[in-house]
Amino acid sequence: MENAGGLLASYEYLDSTVDAIKGLKKAGFETVRAYTPYPEHHIEDALGYDQSPVRVWTLVGGLTGTATGFALTIWTSMDWPLVVGGKPMVSIPAYIIIAFELTILFGALATIIGLFVLSRLPSIKPTVVYDPEFSSGRYGVYVEGSHQRLEEARRIMNEQEPIELREGEADD
Amino acid sequence: MTGDRSREEPLFRPLTAWRPKLILGSLFTGAVAALLFYSWGYQIRNDIGVAGINRPVFWGFYITNFVFWIGISHAGTLISAILRVTSAEWRRPVTRCAEAITVFALLIGGLFPLIHLGRPWLFWFMIPLPNHRGLWPNFRSPLVWDITAIGTYLIGSILYLLLPLLPDLAILRDRHTADNPDSARARIYRFIALGWRGTAQQWHSLESGIRALAVIIIPVAVSVHTIVSWDFSMTLQPMWHSTIFGPYFVVGAIYSGIAVLMVTMYLLRRGMGLESYLNDKVFNNLGLLFLAFTLIWGYFTFAEHLTVWYGNEPSEMAVFTERISGKYARIFWAMVLLNVAVPVLVLSFPRGRKPWLTAIVGVGVLIGMWIERFIIVVGTLSLPRLDFTVGSYQPTWVELGILVGSFGCFALLYLVFVQIAPIVSIWEVREGDHHLNQVHSATEHPVLETT
Repeated sequence: MENAGGLLASYEYLDSTVDAIKGLKKAGFETVRAYTPYPEHHIEDALGYDQSPVRVWTLVGGLTGTATGFALTIWTSMDWPLVVGGKPMVSIPAYIIIAFELTILFGALATIIGLFVLSRLPSIKPTVVYDPEFSSGRYGVYVEGSHQRLEEARRIMNEQEPIELREGEADD
Repeated sequence: MTGDRSREEPLFRPLTAWRPKLILGSLFTGAVAALLFYSWGYQIRNDIGVAGINRPVFWGFYITNFVFWIGISHAGTLISAILRVTSAEWRRPVTRCAEAITVFALLIGGLFPLIHLGRPWLFWFMIPLPNHRGLWPNFRSPLVWDITAIGTYLIGSILYLLLPLLPDLAILRDRHTADNPDSARARIYRFIALGWRGTAQQWHSLESGIRALAVIIIPVAVSVHTIVSWDFSMTLQPMWHSTIFGPYFVVGAIYSGIAVLMVTMYLLRRGMGLESYLNDKVFNNLGLLFLAFTLIWGYFTFAEHLTVWYGNEPSEMAVFTERISGKYARIFWAMVLLNVAVPVLVLSFPRGRKPWLTAIVGVGVLIGMWIERFIIVVGTLSLPRLDFTVGSYQPTWVELGILVGSFGCFALLYLVFVQIAPIVSIWEVREGDHHLNQVHSATEHPVLETT
């Protein structure tokens, strides 16, 4: 379906925001986005979000780190075999420490990369579909659809008495 | 909607215009910080001989400072991560200023091995790169563990500080853009907020990311000071070669970390008028945590000395006697006084957990913890097992200048940070207020005192 445009409504209260999102979801709108000044689980539930996949990135990154830690230490010891302090060539107990630290390092970096990919950051170029009030207390709901469908969306959003309702370009 | 916004004004004050007091403070601390770089420069030009370290005491002030500053870095990330993971509600105003301590203390702590190297440009021998003959670093060496652990902790802590900062930078961006979209501040915040919009999707990922980072940063913080302690205990030196050293150092690190947190929070509260955020309840709660760590640290110190005394091994007893009744007795007992007696006497009573009292106790504990590290480092090295190299250690002005300068560096970094980012996490406090309002409207109780 070709998206013709979008509608952006700002609300003052959480329950009207949640009701608007539920109404839009029920009417079958695919692209519904919400803006909040802080994390709000009622809205995430209304949008039908499940566990965030960021944790999978952390796990995969961490396991990559473990493997890298052992691979690096073992390979470099074999690359130039040199006995130090009478320890075996492959000193696993000592290498566990390096592997452990790299697990955390890669896990942390993967978490950030995953988070940025999933939340489409950074995106510095200004977008029309935003209101500076969203960062200081208002809630926003954005919906995309064709012209006829947007009329229906407008009706649903108006039912909850938004502070402001305006048309915006579909972005992304 | 969130509640009273006038409460937030003290947070925005240093971020919206230049404040003469902060500029003066930065200039003063900058001058103190310059002492570090001047002394270090002098040492690089005239070689490491200008420092007081000599046979057999090869580790002096530099390694003491290294352990001290790395210890302080455990304030932030560890305390903030534990409070976040356990979702303690009173954490909200504390986390940001604690996380900033971590990053800055780590940057300074990480400098000391370089200073101690004497030839800092040879630093790359430690990082996993082969030298010109294709020889790799020895991964069985505690020094290589150190750099891996501290590097990981530094990167992790920076991410852990910056991640919850992102929405606050967006708040500042919107605020400055509303005032004047072309101002330099508006441009800078537009750039560093990375285009955060606060969509439910972004919050969803951010919360999950913060939680994941908080969980993985706790073990790495514990590992960092354990590995620092292994720099000592992997040797065979008397009173270093001890299995208790790992947890003993970690406890000491958290203990000195809380002390710095107490002092910093008190100064922020007084200097920036943050009484409504860093209120008496926060100080009371952290004071209790402080007291708990006083007792744990006291217990570890006692256990460490008891086993040495009971074992009665001659070379260990030589170091032990020197501590209890010899050359180091005076500073040893000062340490016991500052780290155990005073904190227990003051913090055990609710009246003793007032902000200014906890800050004073904090200063005492910092001095005590620095002494502890000094006794461990120098006390053992001046009495090695082979007694034909017995020696003593006297710091020079270079080492003293670097020590004083390091405090200036820390204060400078902190003052600059206060002028760039809100020192209390605005969105997290708003979220807390919002939850509280929901509870009140649901139960229709009168509004309780917000904390």
